[in-house]
Amino acid sequence: METRFTFGADEHLLGECSEEMSLEAFFKSMNAAELIRKHKITGVSEICAVNTTYMVRFDPGLISPEELLKEIKRIDNESGLTGNSIDTRIVEVPVFYEDPWTRETMNSFRDRHQDPDSTDLEYAARLNGFSSVTEFIESHHGSPWFVSLLGFVCGVPGLYQMVERSRQIEVPKYVRPRTDTPRHTIGHGGCFTAIYAVRGAGGYQMFGITPMQIFNPDCHQSYLEGSMVFFRTGDIVKFRAIDVEEYEHIVDLVRNNLFEPPRVEIRFDLSAFLADRDGYNAGLIGALYGN
Amino acid sequence: MAIKILEAGLAATIQDLGRPGYYQLGIPIGGAMDRFALRVANLLVGNDESAACIESPYIGPRLLFDTDTLVSVTGADLPVCLDGKEHQTWTAIEVKAGQVLEFGYLKGGARIYIAVSGGVDVPLVLGSRSTYLVGQLGGFHGRILVAEDVLHCGQGDLKSKCRYIPEELRRTMGEAANLRVMPGLFWHRLTKTSGEGFFEDRWVVSTEADRMGVRFSGGHPMEFEPREQPFGAGSDPSNIVDSPYPYGSVQIPSGLEPIVLHRDAVSAGGYFQIGAVISADMDILGQLQPNTPVKFVKVSMEEALQARLDEEGRLERIRDLF
Repeated sequence: METRFTFGADEHLLGECSEEMSLEAFFKSMNAAELIRKHKITGVSEICAVNTTYMVRFDPGLISPEELLKEIKRIDNESGLTGNSIDTRIVEVPVFYEDPWTRETMNSFRDRHQDPDSTDLEYAARLNGFSSVTEFIESHHGSPWFVSLLGFVCGVPGLYQMVERSRQIEVPKYVRPRTDTPRHTIGHGGCFTAIYAVRGAGGYQMFGITPMQIFNPDCHQSYLEGSMVFFRTGDIVKFRAIDVEEYEHIVDLVRNNLFEPPRVEIRFDLSAFLADRDGYNAGLIGALYGN
Repeated sequence: MAIKILEAGLAATIQDLGRPGYYQLGIPIGGAMDRFALRVANLLVGNDESAACIESPYIGPRLLFDTDTLVSVTGADLPVCLDGKEHQTWTAIEVKAGQVLEFGYLKGGARIYIAVSGGVDVPLVLGSRSTYLVGQLGGFHGRILVAEDVLHCGQGDLKSKCRYIPEELRRTMGEAANLRVMPGLFWHRLTKTSGEGFFEDRWVVSTEADRMGVRFSGGHPMEFEPREQPFGAGSDPSNIVDSPYPYGSVQIPSGLEPIVLHRDAVSAGGYFQIGAVISADMDILGQLQPNTPVKFVKVSMEEALQARLDEEGRLERIRDLF
């Protein structure tokens, strides 16, 4: 896996471990970023690892671009294929699919969509060879997802479906990004599902909404454990379909700080997962629900 | 010492030099869109360069002061009036308790910076007083200022050594602007002709311009090198596997309208970027009004570093005045 390096003007250096997404490339980029962080390079102020690519923000007054590139290349080589397993959590996230709020937003941005006559779900189901939206939704919450991206705005998780490539859901983003998306929308672009932490612009196809708050600037929710942001890179997520009654109920619980999403600590081993995805996933879901 | 907001303008917020270190969570650096203007505004009133100021786009607020103090206004060009008497931008203005500061119509640029001796005193959030509107954090209760808000200020010493920035050291905006861009990132996705065309076309700032980013229209649609889209990217040729977005990076969704990310950037996304605006021109990007004609100018790393040194030199000459 050869990393491609490129500068984003005079303050950013990107390392792209692979053009296409895979958990192997994600682990490579995550490990490289971790190693760079440990090296505490003078002049480096931000290190972001997202899917297969990591970015270093630097002050060229403190370290020259050539010098930084040399140092990062060295660390990138070092990171190689170390650390194939991580300590992480599996978390259940409730989702109200086909909800009225994302539908309303969707309807007001049809002119920015590839197929203005279908809903986002109909479009995604058809594109991925499902005979109905219902079947598509079942596949969306049937298997767990990996947080291979954290960021966008306010700790949005980008989730990578933990099934073999041929079964992964893949859809293009909107032709032109929307200027609005409801808070807590479950969206999908490329092969990634995201949970919008706050209301705002976005280009992902919209499938549903979660009642669970995942960002709070006052760190109020007990399950945020003192952080503004709930998710961490490397978390594993299991979606569960809920109806409007349960949605309203959980919104109430969240409002009163009584909600605790089911979650357990686990150790994830990439090689074992790749050897038997379905079997490994069954074990993860079993661990989540205490079976 | 306090300032009462009588009229708030359009989207005035409290900003300083931002909060680096949280971009990997999707909490951007934020801070003044025009860093140079904020630094100079602070110097004029005897503050630390990084003190918190009011950033006000397009329209100035009306402010009532309850104590004698020193104020300065930098960035965009517009008439500054204190109790009806006109004052100049880029100068230190003595204000008496009970006086009202207000502004005329914008003549050039997009954002003014109002510094007050002692700095605006709002709580530090993740190390900064900057307002991040999307996350409703920092600044004054994480939101834009509205009438009746009362801003408390720190204790200033009202001893500013220099009360006037010579015109040749100010940065002012003309009818049109150049933005220097270093090609890179996913530049290889464009055909050679299309890539060159981007720098030849005349672009115009669209109305979708805010702290997160500035959109441009008016140029030719991009043409892409043909390829089988990599797994996970999505089928549009402008799609990539979501990756980190540098500040200043120029993405062109579907090859149509370029968007340059600014201080409140989204940290990652799935649109390819042709490169990034150089650090020396980020302040200018924050001073572009909608409908301003813009030309993107192709530069190398060497030119970007030289431009950065030139800007630092300008600031250094101003620091020498104090």
